[in-house]
Amino acid sequence: MKGTAARMGVMKRVQLVFKAKANKALDKMEDPRETLDYSYQRQLELLTKVRRGVADVATSRKRVELQMNQLQQQANKLEDQARKALGMGREDLARAALERKASAQAQLNDLQVQYAQLQAEEEKLTVASQRLQAKVDAFRTRKETIKATYTAAEAQTRINEAFTGISEEMGDVGMAIQRAEDKTAQMQARAGAIDELMASGALDDAVGGQRDDIQSELDMMSASSDVERELSRLKGEITAGAPKQLEGGANGNSQAAPPTSQSQGQGQGQGVQYAPPPPEQGQGAQPTQQAQPVPASDLPAEPQDREGS
Amino acid sequence: MIVRILGEGQFDIDDAATSELNRLDTELEAAVNRNDEAAFTAALQGLLDQVRALGSQLPVDTLEESDLILPPQDASMDEVRRMLTDEGLIPG
Repeated sequence: MKGTAARMGVMKRVQLVFKAKANKALDKMEDPRETLDYSYQRQLELLTKVRRGVADVATSRKRVELQMNQLQQQANKLEDQARKALGMGREDLARAALERKASAQAQLNDLQVQYAQLQAEEEKLTVASQRLQAKVDAFRTRKETIKATYTAAEAQTRINEAFTGISEEMGDVGMAIQRAEDKTAQMQARAGAIDELMASGALDDAVGGQRDDIQSELDMMSASSDVERELSRLKGEITAGAPKQLEGGANGNSQAAPPTSQSQGQGQGQGVQYAPPPPEQGQGAQPTQQAQPVPASDLPAEPQDREGS
Repeated sequence: MIVRILGEGQFDIDDAATSELNRLDTELEAAVNRNDEAAFTAALQGLLDQVRALGSQLPVDTLEESDLILPPQDASMDEVRRMLTDEGLIPG
């Protein structure tokens, strides 16, 4: 038994499996002409299915894309926080932020691989659907010819040929759909896990508290070399940037800059009516500010504003 | 002789190429039997390359039955094993 199989080879055995499937379906048919219509119906169903498959894979791919964007934003934000924390001399906080960034980056790298796989599946299914469409069209033509031209007895062989030929294609496409569905299901499970991870706050701002679960410990261990490397890089940036900041601070430039960018941002986003009072109205507005209770945080800012203007 | 590569299409190949294909096919089957994933991947790749190089692709609208069928490019050994016994691998 095993010897026969070995001599037959993989290629022939797979072909026989496909053929057996077609023959089994063919044996169930009583009227040969009905076979044609029934098979055609199945073909149209499969076409619908493969097109739906393409759409499903595309949906999954878009979801992964969305998550990649979210993770990238989070990673950028965490690096920003790390930079700020280092600027404030809080190396511990910077470290925590970079650890989370490393974790987000690891997820991101993983998603990039998944994304490429989904793209490949989508492409394969699209091609499969085009190929099947061409074969279904050919089958329809053949079906009409057989019905019009041959007697029932003559038709049998032709019908069997056409049926077997298209069955093989249907089996091929069916397998492609199955493979794509399996990949998509795996991907969705992973996407769900990443959604949960993001919702859990494990990748959130470093300011918001401590993580102490085992996974994060593991992440930290595997990420620690990255973190050290990033820490020294950021330290380098800070060292390189420090003299400039001192210079700017001496003549008030560094304090004047942020309010300018802030008022620009608000003006673009919300329209003129919500914009803060323009600088020229600042002097006229001062009596009003004095009449109202001034928040403590605003008090030190006043002298600086006068210096700047 | 018509050979189908699953997921790719059908190729018409001169019968003279049969012995070379059979040699590679034997390697492929031996790899599956030995559970040797590396040899499996190499043999499958070799077979697919041969079919693509020696064969001419059949028009997409033909309805011909294939003489031989090859697993898809990215098939795993486990998938091929299931293909050989048809454990629900071909739907419908």
